[in-house]
This record gives sequence, C-alpha cells and structure tokens, in this order.
Amino acid sequence: MNADDLSQGGTTAAGPDNWANHHYRTGGNLVQLITPGGERVSHPEYDVWVKDVTDEQLASLYEDMVVIRRIDTEATALQRQGELALWPPLAGQEASQIGSARALRDDDFVFSSYRENGVAYCRGVDLTDIVRVWRGNASAGWDPYSINMATPQIIIGAQTLHATGYALGIQHDGADSVAMAYFGDGATSEGDVNEAMVFAASFQAPVIFFCQNNHWAISEPVGLQSHIQLADRATGFGIPSVRVDGNDVLAVMAATREALERARHGGGPSFIEAVTYRMGPHTTADDPTRYRDANELEDWAAKDPMTRVRSLLERRESWSEELETRVAAKADAVAQEMRSGCINMPDPQPLDVFKHVYSTPHSWLERQQDHYSRYLASFGDPAQAASEEGAR
Amino acid sequence: MTQMTFARAINSGLRKSLENDPKVILMGEDIGTLGGVFRITDGLQKDFGKHRVIDTPLAESGIMGTAVGLAYRGYRPVVEIQFDGFVYPAFDQIVCQVAKLHYRTQGAVKMPITIRIPFGGGIGSPEHHSESPEAYFTHTSGLRVVSVSNPQDAYIMIQQAIASNDPVVYFEPKRRYHDKGEVDESVDPASALSMEKASVVTEGTDVTLVSYGPLVKTARDAALAAADDGVSVEVIDLRSLSPVDFSTVEASVRKTGRLVVTHEAGQFGGIGGEIAASITERCFYHLEAAPVRVTGFDIPYPYSKLEMHHLPDLDRILDGVDRALGRPNSLSGLEG
Repeated sequence: MNADDLSQGGTTAAGPDNWANHHYRTGGNLVQLITPGGERVSHPEYDVWVKDVTDEQLASLYEDMVVIRRIDTEATALQRQGELALWPPLAGQEASQIGSARALRDDDFVFSSYRENGVAYCRGVDLTDIVRVWRGNASAGWDPYSINMATPQIIIGAQTLHATGYALGIQHDGADSVAMAYFGDGATSEGDVNEAMVFAASFQAPVIFFCQNNHWAISEPVGLQSHIQLADRATGFGIPSVRVDGNDVLAVMAATREALERARHGGGPSFIEAVTYRMGPHTTADDPTRYRDANELEDWAAKDPMTRVRSLLERRESWSEELETRVAAKADAVAQEMRSGCINMPDPQPLDVFKHVYSTPHSWLERQQDHYSRYLASFGDPAQAASEEGAR
Repeated sequence: MTQMTFARAINSGLRKSLENDPKVILMGEDIGTLGGVFRITDGLQKDFGKHRVIDTPLAESGIMGTAVGLAYRGYRPVVEIQFDGFVYPAFDQIVCQVAKLHYRTQGAVKMPITIRIPFGGGIGSPEHHSESPEAYFTHTSGLRVVSVSNPQDAYIMIQQAIASNDPVVYFEPKRRYHDKGEVDESVDPASALSMEKASVVTEGTDVTLVSYGPLVKTARDAALAAADDGVSVEVIDLRSLSPVDFSTVEASVRKTGRLVVTHEAGQFGGIGGEIAASITERCFYHLEAAPVRVTGFDIPYPYSKLEMHHLPDLDRILDGVDRALGRPNSLSGLEG
C-alpha cells in the first residue's frame, strides 16, 4: 500500500441478505385513535381534529368502508367470471381511503393510482365508471372534472407531480383548495415522487402526499424500498410528515384534516404515511402465496379497519341490528348496480380507436383512419359501414 | 418589419403570448433572472413576474409533470428544456402523460403544453448539447412537432404552438439563434400560415430538396450553388414534423420527379425515411430516381472537432442532389 493512500479497506461486503431491511419497523410512533380492539384512545395532538365526529358520522364512515369492500369483492368476482380483464383489490386499505377522502372538500382535486377505487367512490363516481377501464372499454372511466379526481394513474408515482403542478395552479389562482396525491410504498422509490416533493417544498404548494404503505409493491417488501420509515423521507425535503395507523379511519381523518388545514392556509405540503396492509393480491393476476407468509396475513386480519369501528360503536351502544342491516343492504345495492352497469356496458365501435388522439384534426391520422374505414367497409358488413359513417 | 435575431424573435413571440393570455406560464431552468442560457426568455420574468416566468428546480421530469398538473388546472405551460440532450429525464412524462392524457380521458382533459427544445449541432459543444431527438417525438402519437428555420416563422409559430390545445414540441435550431432576419410583428398568428403547413422557400424544377430547422439555410445555399451549375433545386421547409405536410412535398415531387431529404439527425428510423417512403407510395410513377437521404450518421453525437463530418453541409447536400439527378457523385459505380 502506498504510504499516502488514504483509502480504508473494508472487510465485509454488503450482500443480497442485507439488501432488504427485514427489520423495517411497521409499529411504533403511529398516530392511533381507535385500537384494533375498538377502544378509543386519546392523542394529545390529533384528538382536536376529530372532536366533532359523532357516532352517527362514525357509522357513516363504517358504511363507506363496508361498501367499498363490497365493491372490491364484487369486482374480483366479475374478473373471475370473465367480465373484467383485471382488478386491483383494495381490501385492507378501506380506512386509509375513506378516512382521507371523506376529509376532502368537493373543490379539492385528487390524483391517485389505480388502487384508490374507494376514494373514487367517496368522490361520487358513477359505479359503472369504476369498472370501465378494467373491462377494457376505455382508458379512463370518468371525466376528471365531473368529480374533481384525475383518472387513475398506472405509471407508478407519476401522478404526484401532476398533483404538485395542480397545486401550483391553485396557488396561482389564489384559491384555498388542495391537491391530494395518493401513492404507495413502492412509489416512494420513483424519481417522480422525489421530484414532486422537491417542487412542492420549493414552491410551498398546497399538496398532500398521501402514501398508503400497504407493505407490498407486488412481491417486494417495503424494506426493499427504504431502510428508514417512509414518513422520514419527507423530512429530508423539509416537508412535515406523520405516520398514522392506516387501518384506523379516525386517525387517518385527523391527520388528513391537519394537513388540509395547513395547505389551505399557505402552510405548504404535507406527507402522510398511512401504515396499512394489502390483504389481497396486487391484482387479480397476482399470486401472493409465492412471496408472503400466511402468518403475516393473519396478524393484519386482526387489525381490520371495520371490526374496530364496529367494536367501538358497540362499546358506546351506538350499534344496532338495524344499522347492520341497512349497511349490508346498501353494500348489496351498490354491488348490484356496479355489476349491472358492467355487464350492460356497450362495446366501443372500431373507429373509436382513432378518437381524441388530438383535439383538432391531424392529417396523418385522418388518412390512416380513412384507409382503415375503407378496409372495414370492404367486408361489406352493414354494421361496420354504419359505424364508419357514425365516426365521420 | 424589424430586423431581429432568431433568439429575439422567439422572445418577442413569448412576450406576445404572455400578454394575450393570462393562463400562459413559462417554466424552466435558469429562464428567470438569467433569461435562459441562450437568453430566449430575457427580461420576461422582470416584466411578467416570478409567478408567470418560473425558475424551477433542476429536474426535467419534475418540470414536465408539474406542467401536466398546471394544464389539468387550465393553464397553458410553456416548458423550456435547456438542451436537447437533457430532455430524456422528462421523456416518461412526455410520452406517457402529455401525449396520452387527451386520448386517455376521451377529450375531457386538454394538454396545451408547449415544450421548447434548442436542438442540433454546429456550436462546438460537449456531449449532450447538440442532439437531434425529433424522431422520438414524431413517433409518439398525441404530440405535434414543429421546427422553425427563420425569425419570422419562429415569432409566429411559437404563438401558434402555445395557442394549440394539443401538446407541441417546438424545436429551435440553436446554431441559428444569432442569425438575423426581418420580422413583421404585426402579423396575427391566427391568420398566418398554419404551423402544420410546409413552405416552398426556393422554387425550382429539377429536384425537390426537403429540410427543416437548422439545415433549411444550408439547403437554400445549396440551391444557390446548384443554380450556378445549371440545376434548379426547389427547397421545402417542412416546418411541421408531426403531422408532415405531405401534400406540399408531393406536389413538388410530381413537378420535379426527384427527392432529396436532409436533416442532422441520424438516418435509421428518421424523418427522411418516412418522407421517402410516403412520397414513394403517393407518387411512385412521377419519380425519376430513388429518393435520397443526406443525414447525420447513426452515431452518438461526436466530439466537436469532428462534428462537421457528421453534419450534412452544402457539399454533401449537393452530392445527394447529384445522386438524385444521376450525375457523377461520390457513390457512382457503387451497387446496392
């Protein structure tokens, strides 16, 4: 070794066994207001944000959670029956989605991933529109401006930048709306999510980064994405963050309300890590038994978001059989409406494939469409000829 | 009419757009206080404010993705990518979001984003500062792509691009930034020639020479030189690369029977090949010879001491014209 060599040799190299942080802490320092057993525990900072929530409202949150789990079950069934090509289940994440979405105002704007169908339900989406994409009938289920929710994003994390840009627009307009970005634990590794936090912090944009840490990015555990808690990443960008029990609808609502209030009053962005669990597969095409332990699933089943609200309402004697029946009937009705809308959805027409690529005519594409319509017409099929006419 | 540089003409067009539409917002790296590394946005932040001419953090995907969000909110962002070779971090947002959102949402969400990219070589720069990435964008449906070749077009077409409800990639030939030309600022962009139309910039009868951006000047010079040699070259400035105005090219080729296309970008999978194929399909029986492409090589952009070997110049274009005319040329006697 050269005498002036200042480098220091290591002795043990980090290998694949050290790559994922298997000790990634999921517990500890979580904001929790309702325990898994249904006990209302007080929290010095967050109680104030939900002190107005009555038992009746709690029951309504419960209802929404039951309904979206039913939507999820029904959509999974539709996929198994060949009516949908694919479905990304949300089971287990009901409290994260309902607790946050119900805190939003109509004039707030949501940018989500494909798993936030519970959020879409809260925004008032037409039930048929929820399954439109998954049936292959469209690339987007709804007009974003009709419910102030962008159509779900498939590119992981890309929507966090859209939310940040939208928030810049809100700021520019002098409005007090907030942009809400939903994404998962895997997305926190994407450059876009990190760039979004840089931009949001630099411009103090009224945006909330709502991360549902459901522990799994398809087969990759959250410990592979991060060796520190996800909420701590935000701190590095100068963005206030909080970890909440994502299966506790009240805690999620409290954290969201706090962040919304900060954003509405010029306090800039916030980051919420809702610690929850994806009880189902990544999508209906996935097989989680290949990568995760059944015990883990059992542990999380004991932390179910609905059970604890029901227990709390029972403790307070605000639970009734009538409530249970009403909620179940509502869930069934919603599922039935969605199923019927799905099955009766008209197929798109062949020449629809060319529609809306541009907002005004594009000569190359017009020629391509013309040639294809001539090709279709060459079969002499009157139905196709009619659809060709319709497209002109 | 005012004499102004190419750079000043774009600046003036941007200023007009900012004045006419409060929804226009400029975003980019160093575009504010500095006025851009090429000074294209010089003085605009001072006059329109930091909230309309925004110096952004150094993250191209971040700039493009936030522009998408602003467009969602009803704004009309104009994004400056500092150099051609720096656009790739934004490529995902451009291809997956900017280009597809209108289609994805069945027309509900408009993406009136203008992406300004200084492109092309000839300025002696290090790597990543001289590229011609236009084919990546013309291959992406949902985008409109234009390239300007002179100050008057630069002034008009930047305003047309900003006014378009579709996303437009606006390629600026950086080696022409300091070229001067007459600009009539009284022309209304709405009634001027559409940015989607090509323009015949030199009339001729023997060969059609198609180009765009930085090589239009070189092509016109080549036409002048050819005229000395008794060859009449018709030069077409494509202006729009998506869509290409094939009708104008076709009409010219029906007249001349010969086609040469020249661009700085590499040849394989490029604009030249698309024009050669489409024109051959449209007027095969009017062609007297196979179409000829005179382009950059299919190499990474070379170090600056060699860039003039890569870039098509007047002599290489004339060699291509000779090939189209069946006159002695560098490939004479070579088969296949």
